[in-house]
Amino acid sequence: MRITVSPDSCCGSGQCALRLPEIFDQDEVDGTVVLLVERPAEQFRAALREAVLTCPSGAIELVEE
Amino acid sequence: MTDTVNLLPTTRTAPLDPPPELLALHTDEGPVSRLDFPNGRRGWLVTGFDEVRAGLIDPRLSARDRLALNPIRKLELTDEQWEQANRPNLLNTDPPDHTRLRRMLTGLFTVRRMRALTPRIEEIVAEHLDAMAAGPGPVDLVTALALPVPSLVICELLGVPYEDRETFQGLTATLLRIDSTGEQVAAAGDGLREYMTGLVRAKRETPDDGLLSELLQNEESLTDQEAAGTGLLLLIAGHETTANMIGLGTYTLLNEPERWAELRAHPELVEQAVEELLRYLTIVHFGLPRTATEDLVLGGREIAAGDPVLLHLSAANRDPAQFDGPEFLDFHRESVRHIAFGYGVHQCLGQQLARNEMAVVFRRLVERFPDLRLAVPAGEVPMRTDMAIYGVHHLPVEVG
Repeated sequence: MRITVSPDSCCGSGQCALRLPEIFDQDEVDGTVVLLVERPAEQFRAALREAVLTCPSGAIELVEE
Repeated sequence: MTDTVNLLPTTRTAPLDPPPELLALHTDEGPVSRLDFPNGRRGWLVTGFDEVRAGLIDPRLSARDRLALNPIRKLELTDEQWEQANRPNLLNTDPPDHTRLRRMLTGLFTVRRMRALTPRIEEIVAEHLDAMAAGPGPVDLVTALALPVPSLVICELLGVPYEDRETFQGLTATLLRIDSTGEQVAAAGDGLREYMTGLVRAKRETPDDGLLSELLQNEESLTDQEAAGTGLLLLIAGHETTANMIGLGTYTLLNEPERWAELRAHPELVEQAVEELLRYLTIVHFGLPRTATEDLVLGGREIAAGDPVLLHLSAANRDPAQFDGPEFLDFHRESVRHIAFGYGVHQCLGQQLARNEMAVVFRRLVERFPDLRLAVPAGEVPMRTDMAIYGVHHLPVEVG
């Protein structure tokens, strides 16, 4: 399981950084998504799915490998 | 097609539930139905949760005509007033213009920055609860807590003098009252712009550590007018919405003694309680208007380029296809995927501040006044059915 983020399409709502601060942060200047952990542990799977669905700008993708 | 006029149902039969005709659409007409807008345009009403979400992220649905597509009344303005009202701002632009405007602000409203405000929010809340405890007899929770807390927080954050609150709160109320005339709306808008432009000029002369000064320093090309427009949106959105969530949220909890008791016994549930109150109450209760810029299909209906579309947040947040028992207030829902803050690139910029303020207020309110109760019968609490943002006008309570 791998996460990719797209800061270009991010609208800085902070939903991901609020729910999963272990994995996501926000850029200090423009508030867009910053990925902290590219390959998160299995325990985060459900929360990550929720993060993908909650993101208002479709800026997070969960890639199964 | 029939010639029946389908205006947006707005009459509630229960104070906390959307109009029954709207809820019936979930099972009768389906997620997308016909709607006539007060300006004479015929378009679509979207009430299904998945469809509203899909609509809010669809780049073919533009926010540009949001004022002309007011779903509950036709705004009568002069050409000059329309031009002023339709100046590009955060609410009425689409990407990439919108992206440019929003990016100036998103760095100022991050989760981390909003969390750093918690100690000050705690202080402000404690002061206001103290004052409520000290006063005699029934207290109006709206004027004693719900309105002053978010107003003070946003004023301090932006660097707006709190002493000016009567000016901007009064003008904001005129803007949001659904029976204000076009003349009154235009005058209130002018008054607010004039006030904020003056403030922006003052900040240029004498910067402080507020966000308005920070914005002016970050964005050298921003004109006074643009900065004032942005500052106004932040000021209005920053106090009205949260104030009404606090007032209406408290009213709701007092009407649901089991939920109040649950929060008393389990204050750690407060974050979930806030999310559920946001979903359940969805105070932006008339929906968000958009215009189709291309032909598209939504919920199986063919929407033509140019058609107006109303994406109804409060109906969507009560969609039984998305939420089990949507008519119940339940702090234990698995998913917090409500759209009370909207969805897509226009989703509420200040949501992390709002969440933070609500969590502090509700946590401290149940802790400080465990026996809080209404001072009048629930049916006598004046509801904001006449305002674009729903809530209670007043909430008389006994604290002890």
